[in-house]
Amino acid sequence: MATMVTSTRPPAIKKDAGAGPGFPGPNGNGSKRGGSFRDPESHANRYRIGMWVALASVTMMFTSLSSAYIVRANSANDWVSLPMPRVLIISTILILASSVTLELARRKLRRSLTSAYTQWVVITVMLGVAFLATQLFAWRQLKAWGLYMSSNPHSSFFYLLTGAHAVHLAGGLIGLSFLWLRSRSVTSESAVLTKQASADAVTIYWHFMDALWIYLFLLLFLWR
Amino acid sequence: MSESHEGVHRHPAPTSFIRKYIFSVDHKVIGIQYIMLALAAVVVGMVMSLLMRLNLSWPGTSWPILETLFPTGAPGGIMTPEFYLSLVTMHGTIMVFFVLTTAPQGGFGNYFLPIQIGAEDMAFPVLNMLSFWVTLVGFIVILLAIVVEGNQSIGAWFAGLGPSFAGGSGTVGPIGGWTGYAPLSALGKIAGPGQGAGMNLWVISIAIFCVGSLLGALNFITTLLNMRTKGMSLMRMPLTCWAWFTTAVLALLSFPVLLGGGILLLLDRTAGTSFFIPGGLYVSGLLSGSHPNFPLHTGGSPILWQHLFWFFGHPEVYIAILPGMGATSHILSTFARKPVFGYRAMVFAIFAIGLLGFFVWGHHMFISGMSPYSSIAFSILTLSIGVPSAVKTFNWLGTLWGSRIRFTTAMLFALGFVSLFVSGGITGLVLGQSSLDLAMHDSYFVTAHFHLVMGVASIFGMFAATYFWFPKMFGRFMSERIGRIHFWLTFIGVYAIFVPFHTMGIRGMPRRFSSFAEYEFLRNVDPLVLLVSIAAIITIAAQLLFYYNVFLSMFKGEKAGDNPWEATTLEWNTSSPPPHDNFAGVLPTVYHGPYEFAVPGAPKDYVMQTDIEAEVPDGNGHNGHKH
Amino acid sequence: MGRVLAVIIWIITILSVALFLNRKWWFPEGISEHTPAYDRQFLITILVVGISFVAAQVALGWAIWKFRDTGKPGDRAVYSHGSNRLEVLWTVITAVIFIGLAVMGQSVWASLRLHDAPPGSYTVEVVAQQFQWNFHYAGADNKFGRTDPSLIDDGALNFVGLDPEDPASSDDAVTAALAIPVNRPVELRLRSKDVIHNFWVPQLRFKQDLVPGMEIKVNFQANRVGKYELACAELCGQLHFKMKSYMLVLPEEELRALQVLSQEQFQARVAELLNQYQLPAN
Repeated sequence: MATMVTSTRPPAIKKDAGAGPGFPGPNGNGSKRGGSFRDPESHANRYRIGMWVALASVTMMFTSLSSAYIVRANSANDWVSLPMPRVLIISTILILASSVTLELARRKLRRSLTSAYTQWVVITVMLGVAFLATQLFAWRQLKAWGLYMSSNPHSSFFYLLTGAHAVHLAGGLIGLSFLWLRSRSVTSESAVLTKQASADAVTIYWHFMDALWIYLFLLLFLWR
Repeated sequence: MSESHEGVHRHPAPTSFIRKYIFSVDHKVIGIQYIMLALAAVVVGMVMSLLMRLNLSWPGTSWPILETLFPTGAPGGIMTPEFYLSLVTMHGTIMVFFVLTTAPQGGFGNYFLPIQIGAEDMAFPVLNMLSFWVTLVGFIVILLAIVVEGNQSIGAWFAGLGPSFAGGSGTVGPIGGWTGYAPLSALGKIAGPGQGAGMNLWVISIAIFCVGSLLGALNFITTLLNMRTKGMSLMRMPLTCWAWFTTAVLALLSFPVLLGGGILLLLDRTAGTSFFIPGGLYVSGLLSGSHPNFPLHTGGSPILWQHLFWFFGHPEVYIAILPGMGATSHILSTFARKPVFGYRAMVFAIFAIGLLGFFVWGHHMFISGMSPYSSIAFSILTLSIGVPSAVKTFNWLGTLWGSRIRFTTAMLFALGFVSLFVSGGITGLVLGQSSLDLAMHDSYFVTAHFHLVMGVASIFGMFAATYFWFPKMFGRFMSERIGRIHFWLTFIGVYAIFVPFHTMGIRGMPRRFSSFAEYEFLRNVDPLVLLVSIAAIITIAAQLLFYYNVFLSMFKGEKAGDNPWEATTLEWNTSSPPPHDNFAGVLPTVYHGPYEFAVPGAPKDYVMQTDIEAEVPDGNGHNGHKH
Repeated sequence: MGRVLAVIIWIITILSVALFLNRKWWFPEGISEHTPAYDRQFLITILVVGISFVAAQVALGWAIWKFRDTGKPGDRAVYSHGSNRLEVLWTVITAVIFIGLAVMGQSVWASLRLHDAPPGSYTVEVVAQQFQWNFHYAGADNKFGRTDPSLIDDGALNFVGLDPEDPASSDDAVTAALAIPVNRPVELRLRSKDVIHNFWVPQLRFKQDLVPGMEIKVNFQANRVGKYELACAELCGQLHFKMKSYMLVLPEEELRALQVLSQEQFQARVAELLNQYQLPAN
């Protein structure tokens, strides 16, 4: 609907759709790009964004538990340092290895080497399960030494932090299983991007779990 | 969550009743489900507050229904102190979590964020559905706490689960306040009635709620970052979207801390740990470690619980109010027929409130025994957060200045929000000063402050949003006549209830007292207490009008078109109610900012964001141009 | 509609201010040394609060009154997206006032909280429990007898766990009421046996949590003799509302006479004094 402009000042009129900052989106996300209105690549990007957002919240939870750990250590004299179950060194090696294998898998997918991708995902799952087994072993070891959840604050936090990590890792295993299942279905052109994005997202999560383990390990046995 | 082979987010509309209305992944249905949950929860919360008022104004009266339902907690129909305190606890918990943290964000946010940014749905529709169902489970668990504490036989069954699970105190839930301070909340049954199973279920319910909330926050943030339509730059988003986004960030970063704290509390209660329970306690005649009912604890820190709780608790109150602020800005502009004054400043104010909100939690703990030096820092930061809030108020007034106000019911509630937010917020100047909080802590002055901002202003934001968006959601208007009566009764009623609370608090009335008869210095507040109760009864009754209006209008309301309010944002571009994919297959393109009203030279007094022909000075909605 | 709303907002404003101005529901008269400073800071703050409240509600009502849509065709609002100058102006003014208030208030806080009790203060150990107060006095030797949680026995009336073996505890007394001297600094060492409680005498103008596992010290000075109600101000269980006691502010000689009494005599004398002194009228 055209209109007569009655103001004396000639208006600075721009008719384009304007620009928007930030990540490209499937619907344009405010961008000027005409024509690429339905952009599958940006749409797949939501998995990556979503994963980083989710990790922010996981970080906050472990931060709150860490601060509780530090405060509790300083609030009284009843802290008794735990001896470190040696099997945890194997845990660490296993999880580091699993990050390597998953990263390998992810890169294979990028190069469309689907069967190699699937193989490495499966290996990662096995390493992850092995990690959980070593955790269980460590818990058993502690019980054998008579150290339970309520024995002293350090043991409480040991069970709590490793338990919370294990729960999140199990979630990661579910994610990996999901990747594995989907890798076996036929992929259309556009769904490839989604697959890559999902694989990226799960990989980010897995690496985070790895880094989180290292952090917790250091917090539990190196700090103090 | 299916994908079309064309790449983006097209799944066919569901056809079965279950997939359409029960287990739906459509953000619109999920939004309505959240609103329905809030409507149910608020009834429970209001009934509890009514009972509280009855106890305070007419103590010793026998209420027959209580005798039937809760014979142990209200023997002879007369409320015991623990019954009253369980009402206090459950009222607070249900209102804060299941009303104020559901409807504004999960309800209206879910429904309108995708539409207002021009998307077909949220980024993760299945996760969205999950977030609602998880929240609903949390609500069921907290209702279970009522049953377990209230019913002897069910309570007795739970006692079999372990020592901290003994229930059946005859009350309506745990007794710890919604804040659940340790060690009272951590010790279990030896600390008194209402510290057993009900408390465990309370913690579990909140933990479940945390998870549901986090899933929702994840969706909001990803959707806003990734799925805005062509031309919808960040600075062209309606302020409602900015509010929902910031609220989601607050939730994302604060709920995990509550979850952590809740896990620690549950472990203290059930696993014999000592996170919050110090050593050397003597409770109910038992020394710590001397009896199976009271295992040995050492070294825990009660203040640690407070830090963890309030680190969450303070951002939580901004989670409760920010969506209401966004809706108010939006609705004021629409019915004032004038752009929002200072859009950019409003965005910065929302950020500032969100950011500063993380650094002020210690103002709940000035007298807790924490370092007096940190109190100084918290105090100064707290008063700083008043600045962006004041800026928002000035901008609302600026929006009204030189406007042409249309007094629809939605507008009345938005104007009411401004009035109430000022009234409630301004007393923060008193409470935020550590020196003044010395005497005002845990008094009715505090209760006045947070009820006016959370329990009233925030609710007015939701009322305004309901009257405003109802035609879009259901294709029918709510009755304006009934709405106006609802407004007047509620607006006057809430002032009559909560203004007297201030002076009651200054006089010295403490919070969470089931009776004030013990103290001579409180003798003279009786007339105020009575006034409040009468106002409360009338105001609560007036809400029936709202329910009647909502449910009747859904089926019998006058039909509404696409844009009955002559508004500008994207939701008014589509049908009422919108189709399954929001825009019938053609996503809109945005050319202007969200509040282009009264544009000089435009044929109508509003220019929609999608209006390609309209000529708006300075183009592109780059707001904040100087005058 | 607009005019009605504006008027109602103004009436509510006037009634609210009137309620505050009615001194019937104001603080009880203060008796501590820091009360004048507290009351002054409170008054200044409430004045700022009151002025802001009135100004905002009047402005809101005025805007609602003046700018209602009269329905005249073609009559439109002013097209304005704001004013950066105004934004800066009101942000700065608000920041100055708010932060100024905050900084002013810190001196009151500091005077009460950042100073240890001066030497020569009268010290009382306070041990709170569900649902009573226990005040432990050092007696004539000015030494507190050793206490230990393992010695607590409520049934035997040893509420604070006083060690009978310790010679210093022979002259100690433990009662449910607080007795302190007038015009002399007092230090309270606050502890709790079970859950968090809060020590509060309205006339003293401060509250302080008693946290189990911690010993928290507060010091103050009361400057008027009398009997004052003492309440718990932190939810501690179902009888929280009944956790009541009294604070007696006594002339120095009266207190000295009290100090040398044995446990039974001490309690009896305190009971007498509680009958003798009356609660304040306001």
